[in-house]
Amino acid sequence: MNTLISLSAYDLMLAALLVLALAGLSARLHLGITQQLIIAAVRTTAQLLLIGLVLKQVFETAQLPLIALIMLVMLTVAAWEVLSRQKRKIKGWWGFGISGLSLFVSSFLITMIALFLIIKTDPWYTPQYAIPLMGMMLGNTMNGIALGMDRLIQTAWQQRAVIEQRLMLGQTAIEAIREIRHDSMRAGMIPIINAMAAAGIVSLPGMMTGQILSGTEPVEAVKYQILIMFMVTAGTGFGVVAVLHLIAKRMFDARDRLRFDQVLAEKKP
Amino acid sequence: MLKVSEIIINTLAPISFELAAGECLGVSGESGCGKTRLLRAIADMDCVEGLVCFEDICQQDVSGAEWRKQVALLPAESQWWFDTVAPHFPEDGVDFASMGFDDSVLQWQLSRCSSGEKQRLSILRMLANRPRVLLLDEPTANLDAENTRKVEALIADYLQQNNAVAIWVTHNHAQLKRVATQRYFDFTQSAMVSL
Repeated sequence: MNTLISLSAYDLMLAALLVLALAGLSARLHLGITQQLIIAAVRTTAQLLLIGLVLKQVFETAQLPLIALIMLVMLTVAAWEVLSRQKRKIKGWWGFGISGLSLFVSSFLITMIALFLIIKTDPWYTPQYAIPLMGMMLGNTMNGIALGMDRLIQTAWQQRAVIEQRLMLGQTAIEAIREIRHDSMRAGMIPIINAMAAAGIVSLPGMMTGQILSGTEPVEAVKYQILIMFMVTAGTGFGVVAVLHLIAKRMFDARDRLRFDQVLAEKKP
Repeated sequence: MLKVSEIIINTLAPISFELAAGECLGVSGESGCGKTRLLRAIADMDCVEGLVCFEDICQQDVSGAEWRKQVALLPAESQWWFDTVAPHFPEDGVDFASMGFDDSVLQWQLSRCSSGEKQRLSILRMLANRPRVLLLDEPTANLDAENTRKVEALIADYLQQNNAVAIWVTHNHAQLKRVATQRYFDFTQSAMVSL
């Protein structure tokens, strides 16, 4: 097996030039993503360098409180990220609460199950496993949750007249948004279902690629990848179910009236 | 039979009235005056102050869905969520002929129906629940004279046969006189007017 070829700062700058070239093209063609692109690229560089330093420290000491704190920060930021991807602005603390709770179900609980029952690391919080696993779960399930949530709120908003018509005909809130819920569940789950279907044929998943690059036996890497795929799928599914349930519940009041004022933040004039 | 107490719409004085079985109350007023909001309040679609009871049952006594099965609101513009007509209706017991349709109507694509056809279908769909209170928001606004008469006759028959009551919102004064049993509520004066 090869040992890993170390990348120099110069190598990374070459890659950065590609992103800069894209930003230049976008500015010239007025595609409107230049600023977002640059900010995201700077963020990813800074955040990854920082976490690299933090992880180095954490791996050396392996203290539970510190690891728990890191996980909490990751969860909070992910919850925030889910909210910021919504086209319609969700009411502040409540929105943060549901995205946080759904991510907790989708990522934290599933990661714990993997650590305790499947990988059986000793101690369970061994940071080399716990932190990257949790990160991968959050990063992947976050997408599904954000998509499902966005689809539910957007579609319900566009079809509010239909929903009210169904209520007027004596349907319950759950009946009145049944199709929209199905649709949103699909929207949240399609990316991970596609990823499972294409894995190994169209794409080599990132984690497996990383392990192979650093010299792991391919079959070992594949086993880990399958584990991750299943965990991400289960996590995304449970997370989307949770978020759809919580939003749908909140979208109606106890009298089964449609109440977007309980879900959406007021638009600033 | 239907008792509306102290409903507060916009900045108007509280609205109260009582309807006897078989009665149809007319409602008139300029657009934006709160006619639709009054119907929505009675159907329990909005949070509004006031109390609405039907026979011995008040809004809070039953779930929202159960209330609206009895107290049906026909919105000014009907909404449809399946592609064809059939799945919006119960399997039997709907008299399509009463609104001038034959049985092929069940296979119709809603995207091809005119607004008048949809309006007539939506009246049948509402009646399929056998509601006891009909809240009609300009039910004939996009119908021609012949269909308007059909709808007026159908609703009048329904009220008689089912011992039901109706509140009929309309812009048209001639229609108001035809459909209202004895009086109408005029939003401009915020008062009941006898015919």
